[in-house]
Amino acid sequence: MVKVGGNGQSGTLIVVRNLAKTYRRGAEELQVLQGINLDIDKGDFVAFMGPSGSGKTTLLNLLGGLDVPSAGTVTVAGDEISHLSGPRLTKWRARHVGFVFQMYNLLPVLSAFRNVELPLLLTPLSKAERKKHVELALSLVGLADRAGHKPVELSGGQQQRVAIARAIVADATFLLCDEPTGDLDRKSADEILELLEKLVHQHGKTILMVTHDPRAAERAHATLHLDKGVLSQ
Amino acid sequence: MKFWPLLLAYLTRRKTRTLLTVGSFAVSLFLFCLLATIRAGFQSGVQAAGADRLVVINKVSLIQPLPLAYRDRILKVPGIKEATYANWFGGVYQDERNFFAQFAIDHTTYRQMFPEFVVPDDQWKAFEADKQGAIAGESTAKRFGWKVGDRIPIKGAIFPGNWEFNLVGIYKGRRPNDDLTQFWFRWDHLIEKAPEWAKGFVGWYTVRVQPGADAVAVTKDIDSRFANSPWETRTQSEQAFMASFVEQMGNIGFLMTVIGSVVFFTLLLVAGNTMAMSVRERTGELAVLKTVGFTDLAVLALVLVEVILIALVGGAIGIGLAKLFTLRGDPTNGMFASFYLPPSAMAAGAALTLLVGLLAGLIPATTAMRLQVVQALRKL
Repeated sequence: MVKVGGNGQSGTLIVVRNLAKTYRRGAEELQVLQGINLDIDKGDFVAFMGPSGSGKTTLLNLLGGLDVPSAGTVTVAGDEISHLSGPRLTKWRARHVGFVFQMYNLLPVLSAFRNVELPLLLTPLSKAERKKHVELALSLVGLADRAGHKPVELSGGQQQRVAIARAIVADATFLLCDEPTGDLDRKSADEILELLEKLVHQHGKTILMVTHDPRAAERAHATLHLDKGVLSQ
Repeated sequence: MKFWPLLLAYLTRRKTRTLLTVGSFAVSLFLFCLLATIRAGFQSGVQAAGADRLVVINKVSLIQPLPLAYRDRILKVPGIKEATYANWFGGVYQDERNFFAQFAIDHTTYRQMFPEFVVPDDQWKAFEADKQGAIAGESTAKRFGWKVGDRIPIKGAIFPGNWEFNLVGIYKGRRPNDDLTQFWFRWDHLIEKAPEWAKGFVGWYTVRVQPGADAVAVTKDIDSRFANSPWETRTQSEQAFMASFVEQMGNIGFLMTVIGSVVFFTLLLVAGNTMAMSVRERTGELAVLKTVGFTDLAVLALVLVEVILIALVGGAIGIGLAKLFTLRGDPTNGMFASFYLPPSAMAAGAALTLLVGLLAGLIPATTAMRLQVVQALRKL
């Protein structure tokens, strides 16, 4: 269950307390996020909405360990990540977070198979084990027959499904999706949203999604609103 | 090995650019190896010189002779084991461009003094038996298509007249840098036909010091014995004697070093710029790698390995082509006593390739390592 300003009960996967992010531009201080408190349980599907510049992506970056907060804490599955150093944070990210971006962010020089395999290269899995995991992830997103295709040979929806396969292949603790349907037509967007729902309902994944699309937000268990760096339910 | 597909994909991403960069390494290493071969060619005499051999020449200059009578007096110097002598002939074979060194040698002592030159016993016996006999180095024989039994006409310059020799032997070298361009004939034959001024004189002596003898003391002793005589001597180690020849042509080593440095500095700029462009192009992709868990060091290593691979492939091609080129022999028709790419030069080339690859990749790789994921993703 998602709670803004929750009390961090046992079983909560992500606990955010007094989270703030400030950017400096010369002498000017820009408060992007302030006083964020949030509890997210395992298996939640949460949508973040808000106008441009409201801090949605910044919040996602902080939750995913891509950026560090100016104040406050983020605790994931009991690990406080807010003050982890660079390499430790990177390793934590590799183990716990799957990212899905609006522009898919696949490596154009690699096939779908190799793109999905990327996070597994950092694990001690053997080549055969990696192959098994990649094939499973690709079949889960319905692209088993496109493993050898390069991104340029796939449609936008297919590319996003490859990106989702890459996000789930290492069995991440939770997925962060930054406007995953923002660059897709309605039909493809619906397919992606159905896939995300399937991951939540059938595979118990936890998904945090930033979106501008109300129809996408409708699929989530809860929609949280961010405005001027302040979160509300 | 598991990162190989990723590396290969990046290497083949811009095939033309990768090929051109590999090509620039190949050309540079080819040039480096060629310079090293030329340098080794100039210095082959120095390197091949016997450590226990001294050369005695006229103190005025090499072209001034020394009396033949000095031989017995030199042999009496304590610490001297043996001595031989020779004359520079300086004749022309067919055309002045067909230069090769011709020596009139003492056939009774020369072979023992220079064991690095290998002459089959039967050919040496034929040389001893035939006053007009001659022995040519394998390179010179190959250059002019000579074979044993051929008659070799040479027009004398210092010693006028038309000279003819019977080629009775062809010598080889024990080491790759031994000079295989010389042409020997018998000193007694030279003196028999030489003008009166030359009779009773030799060009220089080569002596071998006894094992354990103080070569410096022997050198001083020889020169002191002939001091204040009409033919004073200058004795030096064979290595110093050979080095003085090379020095007459200028500081070859310095010249080669300067050219080599310019080549490698240019290569560094070319490769560094190429890799910087390549990294700039994939800022977003590197950010994605970091997002999915590649550490800063892993990204650094990825870029460095990529440029080092390019460097090593190019370097290997360049060194390989240079080796093949030198195996075809001296392209200057006898300017070099030996035209041989030493393994040490190949190893130095490989090490330089690695170093240039590392230096060229260092700045782009550090840029990639320091890439801020959030900022890079924002630019996508």
